[in-house]
Amino acid sequence: MEEKKLIKGGAFLIEDVQPEDIYTPEDFTDEHIMIAKTTWDFVEGEILPNVEEFEHKNFDLVVQKLKEAGELGLLGADVPEEYGGVGLDKISSSLITENISKAGSFALTHGAHVGIGTLPIVFFGNEEQRQKYLPPLATGEKIAAYALTEPTSGSDALGAKATAVLSEDGTHYILNGTKQFITNAGFADVFVVYAKVDGDKFTAFIVERDYSGISVGPEENKMGIRGSSTRPLILEDAKVPVENVLGEIGRGHIIAFNILNIGRYKLGIGTVGTSKRIIEVTTKYAKERTQFKLPLSTFTLMQEKLAEMTISTFVNETMVYRTGGLIEDILESLKGDKEDEGRKVANGIAEYAIECSINKIFGSESLGFVVDEGVQIHGGYGFIQEYEVERLYRDSRINRIFEGTNEINRLLIPGTLVKKAMKGELPLLSAAENLQRELMGLMPLTPDDTPLSQEKGLIEMGKKLHLMIAGLAVQKYQQKLDREQEVLRNVSDMIIELYAMESAVLRTLKAIDKQGVEKANMKVEMTQVYIQEAFERISSIAKNTLATMEEGDTLRTQLSIHKKLTRYTPINTMKLKRNIAARIIEAEKYIV
Amino acid sequence: MNILVLLKQTFDTEEKIVLENGKVSEEGVEFVINPYDEYAVEEAIKIKEELGGEVTTISLGPDRFESAIRTALAMGVDKAILVDDPDVFGDEYTAAKVLTEVIKDQTYDLILAGYVAVDDASGQVPQRIADMLNIPIISTAVKIEIDGSNITVHRDVEGDTEILEAPLPVIITSQQGLNDPRYPSLPGIMKAKKKPLDRLSADDIGVSPDEVKAKTEVIETFLPPKKEAGRILSGEISDQGRELVQLLRSEAKVI
Repeated sequence: MEEKKLIKGGAFLIEDVQPEDIYTPEDFTDEHIMIAKTTWDFVEGEILPNVEEFEHKNFDLVVQKLKEAGELGLLGADVPEEYGGVGLDKISSSLITENISKAGSFALTHGAHVGIGTLPIVFFGNEEQRQKYLPPLATGEKIAAYALTEPTSGSDALGAKATAVLSEDGTHYILNGTKQFITNAGFADVFVVYAKVDGDKFTAFIVERDYSGISVGPEENKMGIRGSSTRPLILEDAKVPVENVLGEIGRGHIIAFNILNIGRYKLGIGTVGTSKRIIEVTTKYAKERTQFKLPLSTFTLMQEKLAEMTISTFVNETMVYRTGGLIEDILESLKGDKEDEGRKVANGIAEYAIECSINKIFGSESLGFVVDEGVQIHGGYGFIQEYEVERLYRDSRINRIFEGTNEINRLLIPGTLVKKAMKGELPLLSAAENLQRELMGLMPLTPDDTPLSQEKGLIEMGKKLHLMIAGLAVQKYQQKLDREQEVLRNVSDMIIELYAMESAVLRTLKAIDKQGVEKANMKVEMTQVYIQEAFERISSIAKNTLATMEEGDTLRTQLSIHKKLTRYTPINTMKLKRNIAARIIEAEKYIV
Repeated sequence: MNILVLLKQTFDTEEKIVLENGKVSEEGVEFVINPYDEYAVEEAIKIKEELGGEVTTISLGPDRFESAIRTALAMGVDKAILVDDPDVFGDEYTAAKVLTEVIKDQTYDLILAGYVAVDDASGQVPQRIADMLNIPIISTAVKIEIDGSNITVHRDVEGDTEILEAPLPVIITSQQGLNDPRYPSLPGIMKAKKKPLDRLSADDIGVSPDEVKAKTEVIETFLPPKKEAGRILSGEISDQGRELVQLLRSEAKVI
């Protein structure tokens, strides 16, 4: 088999990426499409009819449906065949996540089980642990949960207070502490729990529900995702056998952070599924509901909303599957290499920590926007519980909070980049230096008539803007940069937009290459709108950040460079949005 | 027990019909296993799971049929035959002729099919095949019981149930309610791509396109007229009655 070139995490900021380098939904195989369909058919047939029951906390039914999902193989995609799973690629498991996410709370139950609950054992378990735990988890015979957060440590995960002390006879660790907001706690059989050995060695343990000293607190009364179980996990002299230490003592953070990376990526995928569901129910509503004797869908302000919801979802979908392709490639390249596997996998996933954070932030905020407009189009009925969009609105809010708040993730992105630059993994510093020279002789954009020529130019300029701002920030604040959270957030926002813009352009160019410009028209128009609007956002962020960092003549000089970098002739996005909306209204669902 | 299932791919029932240049457009349409054929597939797999044997689907249609066939294979069908030669595409007569020729080369105890396809809804092909093979047919089954070489079928007769017995081999067509088709499982999907799918041409099955040429001709394809808004009569009931009769006579011209 031909060796595939692996793209470095974060490299998109300084390198030119080609359309054929990224994975896109147009690359799905027939099997991928069948897997997606089986998942959706299961959701439509078994989950959506029971949503009311789930919302009223009929967890027996939730567990029964989870086991039925297990019979179909929907819990085993990420578990290798040798441990009773189906052992599929990451794109397949992403498609399962995307489609399950049209089912509201059930997606949380499913995700906590197959993702953060089971994956630590898949990636970091030793042979005995895998043999023992994975087969029943892959079928749903046993259900998993993940216990990291504590009442006093959320974002500051390493500030955990739970302790683990080796018993005198050396056979057990005695765990004490409380874990907060544990999804699936009401019925999970197996928990991955973090505690500190000897007060400072952060360590992961596999903890079974029926070990002595394990109990759970009462169900939380949540704003949304009410059909999922969330309880505290209480450890009171809990006896955990020494062979249940997961990974190495004192290296639990490696597991925690990498599982968070995967969790963030999967969260991004989930927001795509939910957004598609919202677009579908809202478009149908907009066609049925009439005011002034006309369906809502005929009013151009409503069309604009539908178009913007679709464009945002298109870009979100494009970004997550691009990251999915990166993760799949790196994990595939590590396959069969049992030597020190856990550590290699951890490094592999960590390579794309920036992309995972981007997907988490962009996905949750895109979904937030989409569902908000979904409610708005429903008008007063969107505020009433009989309408699905009301529940979707409440369910979606948590996405900006868990798996690392969006604020924490925004700080992680530039933080990780700086680390990569310092380690010499990414030539960011030399790129920033070259930029200084380039800016002197900069020529304005001259788009030609090849598809998306202007858009490609805007991305190029956007990358320069980012390098300019990030470079200035590093120069100005140096070691104290981490105290300037607003500046870091601004840099982060530019990075997120650049990944979004570039992903959209590359997917569309790849599609044009494959099916011709005419058939890719919807993608072309969505990309054109998105690039222009996103470019305006990064241009404005850059300007504000310059004004934060510089003053007087220096500021004026920088602003003149900014002006040069942001000069272009805007296109008529209003017209494009009407075209986009027309196609969505015709199809009554998300299409590209 | 060797079972053959006649399988057709049709538009998803939620798809809208769009005419382009006098033909139904397939642009961007999602295709599924004809829902009635899906009951037949499920029933065949259930019988196989109980009694052993092999299930083979037989189809006549274009290359795109493969996705429906792979779905059936993922559900548990063992192998499939697809005649994808456009020279032998035609009408119900053609389909019955071609499928009969394929069936003649198979060993079978039972043939299952949907009672109708949701696209052209002619509901003729299984009957024609039964006639050509000279075996009995029982249509619109809602329950099938097999006892040795005999089969008992409960069939839906416009809301009532008729119970019939027949010796094997026999063709049975399925009605809604026969079973609840399973979702193809993930391991099933992965296995399906390795299961045999035989593609046959007119030559392979030994029919000449002339001999199976369609006996009917499509003159025109058009959508039903758009439904006009109804009218609600008002006034005394007796006056409304009189007006209704008059309108049925003069306007609708149905009495």
